[in-house]
Amino acid sequence: MKTRKIIFVAVAVVFLALLINAPAVFAGGTIKLGEINTYSKLTSFTFPYRNGWELALDEVNKSGGVNGKQLEVISRDDAGKPGNAVRIAEEMIRKDNVALLMGSFFSNVGLALTDFAKRNKVFYLAAEPLADAVVWAKGNRYTFRLRPSTYMQAAMLAEQAAKNPAKRWATIAPNYAYGKDAVKAFEEVLKAKRPDVEFIAEQWPALFKINAGAEIQALTRANPEAVYNVTFGGDLAKFVREGKLRGFFKGKYIVSLLTGEPEYMDPLKGEAPEGWLVTGYPWYAIHTKAHTMFLKAYQAKYNDYPRTGSVVGYNMLMAVANMLKKAGSTDTEKMVDAMEGMTFEGAFGPVTFRKIDHQSTMGAYVGYTAVKNGKGVMVNWKYLDGKDYLPSDAEVMKLRP
Amino acid sequence: MGFYIVQFLTGLSDAATLFFVAAGLSLIFGVTRIVNMAHGSFYMIGAYVAYFVIAALPHSWFSFWGGILAAALVVGLVGVVVEVFLLRRLYRAPELFLLMATFAVVLVIQDLARWAFGPEDLLGPMAPGLEGSINFLGALMPVYDLVLIIAAPLVLIAIWLLFNRTRWGVLVRAATEDREMLAALGVNQKWLFTSVVFLGSFLAGLGGAIQLPKGGADLLMDMNVIAAAFVIVVVGGMGSIPGAFLAAVIIGELGSFGVLFLPQSTLVMMFLVMAVVLVIRPYGLLGKPEVHDVVPEESFESILRPASRKLRYIGLILLMLFLLLPMVAGRYQLILFGEMAMFALACMSLYFMMGPGGMVSFGHAAFFGGGAYAAALMTHYVHTPMGLALFLAPLCMGLLALIIGWFCVRLSGVYLAMLTLAFAQICWSIVFQWTGFTGGDDGILGIWPAKWASNEVIFYYLTMVISIGGILLLRFLLFTPLGYTMRACRDSRLRAGAVGINVTRHQWFSFAVAGVFAGLAGGIYVFSKGSVFPDEMSIPRSFDILLSVLLGGVESISGPIVGSSAFIWLEDKISHIGFWRLILGCIFIFLVSVFPQGIGGYFGTRFANFLSSEPEKANGTR
Repeated sequence: MKTRKIIFVAVAVVFLALLINAPAVFAGGTIKLGEINTYSKLTSFTFPYRNGWELALDEVNKSGGVNGKQLEVISRDDAGKPGNAVRIAEEMIRKDNVALLMGSFFSNVGLALTDFAKRNKVFYLAAEPLADAVVWAKGNRYTFRLRPSTYMQAAMLAEQAAKNPAKRWATIAPNYAYGKDAVKAFEEVLKAKRPDVEFIAEQWPALFKINAGAEIQALTRANPEAVYNVTFGGDLAKFVREGKLRGFFKGKYIVSLLTGEPEYMDPLKGEAPEGWLVTGYPWYAIHTKAHTMFLKAYQAKYNDYPRTGSVVGYNMLMAVANMLKKAGSTDTEKMVDAMEGMTFEGAFGPVTFRKIDHQSTMGAYVGYTAVKNGKGVMVNWKYLDGKDYLPSDAEVMKLRP
Repeated sequence: MGFYIVQFLTGLSDAATLFFVAAGLSLIFGVTRIVNMAHGSFYMIGAYVAYFVIAALPHSWFSFWGGILAAALVVGLVGVVVEVFLLRRLYRAPELFLLMATFAVVLVIQDLARWAFGPEDLLGPMAPGLEGSINFLGALMPVYDLVLIIAAPLVLIAIWLLFNRTRWGVLVRAATEDREMLAALGVNQKWLFTSVVFLGSFLAGLGGAIQLPKGGADLLMDMNVIAAAFVIVVVGGMGSIPGAFLAAVIIGELGSFGVLFLPQSTLVMMFLVMAVVLVIRPYGLLGKPEVHDVVPEESFESILRPASRKLRYIGLILLMLFLLLPMVAGRYQLILFGEMAMFALACMSLYFMMGPGGMVSFGHAAFFGGGAYAAALMTHYVHTPMGLALFLAPLCMGLLALIIGWFCVRLSGVYLAMLTLAFAQICWSIVFQWTGFTGGDDGILGIWPAKWASNEVIFYYLTMVISIGGILLLRFLLFTPLGYTMRACRDSRLRAGAVGINVTRHQWFSFAVAGVFAGLAGGIYVFSKGSVFPDEMSIPRSFDILLSVLLGGVESISGPIVGSSAFIWLEDKISHIGFWRLILGCIFIFLVSVFPQGIGGYFGTRFANFLSSEPEKANGTR
């Protein structure tokens, strides 16, 4: 009994000691960066994303780091829960003494961190979250966003779609904020350019629980001339397969968000849709200098091709490294000032963080899908710069608090 | 006309896959009483294994169907492994503990699957010879859907024959009716159980494999199918295979026609159906009332008694430690401890209705997240001061719990739990869809504490006062006449009724009390996080709370506190590591096997002598 008690006490002491372990001492030679993302879910995006920032981290540190200091990334999994992300952010700020926060995938996690950054006056670079609110309705001095937002990508597609004579449109989008925003933005921009179009049917499948057969039937019944799709991942695969079997796509003009990204198109292999207008990332055909360097380095390091996530991760870390160089300090206010209006060279070319709303001008590739050698590819694509697909400054000012 | 025929057939084919999964789940539950959370994982493994087997062999009719069969067999064996090495050791533990064990299996399989099958989504192969479509009066229908529509009833008939025409089936049915009697007659239940788990897992694997041509395999499909499978099992009646078939058809058809009229209904349709069915038919469509009522024969629970003097001292010392903590701990530790305390209060409120109240809830997050939303909405729209919001949020949740509880307390056991889940999901979808008012899944931001409490130390004390105060109040309630009455109602409805206790009303009331305190925990939680999102009301959150209570032990008052602290602490410490879900799952499995009474329960019994005060020992009480 006595030994048991001793063990019990020992366990309790260790438990408490682990709980109250003193804040880590600030390391002299490195700048610590806090990175939070949903690594336990959506692995098809987050794993290449991690590869991306690890590549950039290597490059920066090998070239001597930033202002003579090496960068160190502390990376954590938020399991897709905003509450977890906020707690991890607290821990990173208080215990690990990170200079800034970056990352995240889901919009709600991004928004939670946006608000956290505002209250705690911490620099936060939202990498992937697409919600417009991150920089507009809930935007603040301390939050920046890298990825072209839902609005920007939808606007890019709508601009191209307006050239098509189709008038009767149907939409299908996952039933959550991203899907709703994407449909709203697309309808808005398309209607502004083409007052004669009408949206005659809509479907809102639950995310990753699409009832593809039934929903396609429902859309077929409305007999649209064109369809705007926002589903992705497993939902997209089901949508494409059922749609083909049911002859849904025949004679219809299909516009589809994100479908050209390798994450979502490659699983479809030879069954990838043909002739859809999509946003995506044709890594195999981009021959700009910046991208070629990125591609070579990526393939050399991982023996795999990059996905969109890889670019997002790479650009995120590059943006931060450039900002730190410019700021010459890890003081939050100085970092924010340095980031505003800063231009850096990303894998897609130069990107500027706008002073007005902290949105980056990183763009997206828009083109048509095709199948080549049993694989889905993008053809006739062009790179659309993000800066051309943002509302006017006056409108942005109205959107920001 | 062709359109409606095709829509109807599409609904049937959706129903088919769901039926395979649900039938397996229902079978396992009917015989072993295991609420098998890992069933969705079995479904996922089935899909992956079939994919790789089919891909490895030359594409032919044989490789396709052979691959599906092989996958189902493999999954059946996985089920057997889980049963023999884990579940079999736990049949003597309370039924709910098995749920936790299976949940640990879910975590382990999630990470193992990622490691073994890779992070990419896979598109399933088409069935050779069945790639085309048939034209029904102008509407196209994939041939493979028709195969599924035919396969489902065939499987139903096969199961029926197995149950009614073989000796094994007779034994299984006997085990479903009365386990003890069957054991008394000398039947080796061990292998009977194992074989049932094999068959159930086989069906899950079959479901996963056979849906490949309709979609594919990805790492989220386990969680995506499990809720639907549970709904079907419950709507059909637990343990009833024809019921599962009927329910699958109903859910499939409603899904199919629902999207025609209400495209936005996709999130909630299924749960609405379940709520309606359970309110009208408490045991599902074709289910039978449970013969054994709620109390297990062997209850671990020792008699609840007020804290002994020693325990009070320990409590006092702990309290002092908590009060002195800000002097030594950094800000992050305060936040972590604060979160543990809030979570402990939420868990305590669930324990209140689950342990002494005997009502398991799978939807407690409705009140926790609901409280958070109530406080956030009040602060956001009418700028309610924090104190008032913290006071009103629990009241709102009490009201909500009164409404939900009114329906729920008419049921018992798993049916009650599933009805709470249905209501929680309905509340969640209201919050999720009502973007204009609740912000949808972009949530409500900027709900930070009032100025006087914005200092982290003050907020820490506030959290502690509310959480510990709430926990002590709940504890106190257990020793009031209400607490004793609750336990009487749980232990024997009949006898409690006979001595003049209004059983339903007492259960209803304790349900509401649990709602109030969960709402309180949610209210303070939102101020600590600064924002609230619908996922605080979602199913995973409910299961976080439930798991914490189970981890600590349902049979001891300290259980929920120990369990929730351990849960938050583990999550915080382990999530640094790559495959943390695998590790967490293994820790859960370890804890479940070593502490079948929960951590709190274990230490409660272990140190019972030490903790009980001297005079009690002298009197010879335990």
